[in-house]
Amino acid sequence: MKSLRFPRSPKVIVGMVILGFFIFLMIFGPYLAPYSPDNTNFAPLLTPSAHHWFGTTSLGQDIFSQTLVGARATMVVAGVAGLAATMLSILIGISAGYIGGFTDDGLSLMSNVFLALPGLPLLIVIDSYLPVNSRSNSLIIGLIISLTGWAWGARVLRAQTMSLRNRDFVESARIIGEKRMRIMFSEIAPNLLPILASSLLFTILYSIGAYVTLAYIGLTSTSVWNWGTMLFWAQSNNAPLSGEWYWFIPPGMCIALVGTSLALLNFGIDEFINPRLRAGGLSGRQRRRLGMPRRQRLGFTPVVRSVTTAPRVSVQTQNPVTP
Amino acid sequence: MRLIGRRLALYALTFWVAITVNFLLPHLMPGNPIQTMIGKLTGTVTPAEIRSIRLAFGGGLNQSLLSQYFTYIGQLLHGNLGFSFTNSKNVSSILVQYVPWTICLIGVATFISFLIGTVTGALLGWTRGSRLDSLIPTATFFQATPYFFLASVMLLFFASKLGWFPPQDGYNIYALNLHPGWTWEFVLSALRYGQLPLISIVLSSVAGWMLGMRNMMVTMVAEDFVLMSIAMGLPKRKVIWAAARNAVLPSIANLSLAIGLVVSGALLVELVFNYPGVGDLLLNAISSEDYPLIQGIFLVITLAVLAANLLADLVYLLLDPRTRTEVAP
Repeated sequence: MKSLRFPRSPKVIVGMVILGFFIFLMIFGPYLAPYSPDNTNFAPLLTPSAHHWFGTTSLGQDIFSQTLVGARATMVVAGVAGLAATMLSILIGISAGYIGGFTDDGLSLMSNVFLALPGLPLLIVIDSYLPVNSRSNSLIIGLIISLTGWAWGARVLRAQTMSLRNRDFVESARIIGEKRMRIMFSEIAPNLLPILASSLLFTILYSIGAYVTLAYIGLTSTSVWNWGTMLFWAQSNNAPLSGEWYWFIPPGMCIALVGTSLALLNFGIDEFINPRLRAGGLSGRQRRRLGMPRRQRLGFTPVVRSVTTAPRVSVQTQNPVTP
Repeated sequence: MRLIGRRLALYALTFWVAITVNFLLPHLMPGNPIQTMIGKLTGTVTPAEIRSIRLAFGGGLNQSLLSQYFTYIGQLLHGNLGFSFTNSKNVSSILVQYVPWTICLIGVATFISFLIGTVTGALLGWTRGSRLDSLIPTATFFQATPYFFLASVMLLFFASKLGWFPPQDGYNIYALNLHPGWTWEFVLSALRYGQLPLISIVLSSVAGWMLGMRNMMVTMVAEDFVLMSIAMGLPKRKVIWAAARNAVLPSIANLSLAIGLVVSGALLVELVFNYPGVGDLLLNAISSEDYPLIQGIFLVITLAVLAANLLADLVYLLLDPRTRTEVAP
């Protein structure tokens, strides 16, 4: 088996390192936290020091511990929501693209409706009716978020499936008499892998945003620590206005960094799918080393010899996936 | 025209779905939220008001779900969105006060950010591989940052620390003779107070437009027609314009997704700045469990987003002559 043909651009490496760090926090964060996040025994509103790296809240809770503990809930919900939404989009997108006809019309209409509906207000309405004990359940919240986040992936997958539907390998599988399910999920789905990965990253990015937002407006249980709840408490105590930056900057930066890492990985996948974007991903030094002109000339897509491990089956995107 | 007709039908359907979800949610959720709410309210509001709330959810307990559904739609058609008990007013009369603030703020912000993002994105795509590419990681970071967090940071630095902007509210509420209306002083005050929220929203949303446009532009620059126009010796400005005009189409076609996200994010920016718009209203409604108000806001937001989508479709029609042919594809 050949080594993974993944573009090794600096963007991808940085993205992987950041994401790896936060996955580490997700697993070990609660054990690494020096204090309990609910412990109110410290003096209120301490600025960052050696004892309290990120200071304390107005109730005297250690913000560093809250940030570490909060990583788990945030990442787990985002992961659950992202995976569930991607499953839905695979199911709906591939079925619509492959079966076509009436099924396609129905499913496409459904995804278009969900695309046009503003996702977050819908989430807020659904969530505001949830009983309080369900609001602390990561699984339920994740699944509800996934309901509003699958449509984009389904649309992209459908377009790609339609372009694969009449390729020879699918034709021959059909002639051999493979079952429809098998063709859809063993023949077509593997060829959608780059798009699938990109859609997964995009959905996780959306889910983090959605979950944190729900927590920020106080619609998740405050008994579960996540980065959104921290921001909720900071906002309800007017931390930005009174200059208590250490209260809301750490959780906010964590969210932004996780998001950035996902977006950077997505860039890598985009460059993998669309080689024209790839040359743009090389730094000036790399380009000089490879003997490429610093400014690219028009009309030519520069091809780097050492990176010619491009995918054999070139995948065309009708809609370049950008978050 | 066919395109617009089809889109209109889609938006009508979407709005109907929103209405139906709005109706079904309180009826299907475990724990009967309407009954709980009315139980809590008994004694604090008049029986007539309770009847009005009940009517806005589709009427009485002893009716079938279907007949309640028709009552609900009938109420909506008469513009009756229910009664907000926290404000002791009709939901529609409250919304009339708050919606203009939001539409002005988000509309202007989206317009500015689309313009800036598309222009810089086109330039980035054109000069791909140059030093300007270092903007991309920064843009990615801004794109991944939640709107409300960026707004909090802006509030901290530019209003709280530096004092360049007024920190909160939509106009100077402490000035004695300043009342909402079309007076010169009021408009000036509102413009002054709107600056920081506006900048926050633009800063949060500009990166998305920029990166999307850049990717399309990079693809477009490698097309034959661009090479051809350069070979013909057209001035550079015209070539860039031709390429950009083609590259911007997918960006506009994808507006439907983007508008929803921008509006959702911007609503929370209002919250950070205590801006008197729908977002702030929504938060207050949530914390006091004022369900009629939450539902009314949801419908209004949906309607506004769909209208914005329709506007984007019209712009698309204007820019892409291919969609104007009457021949069926």
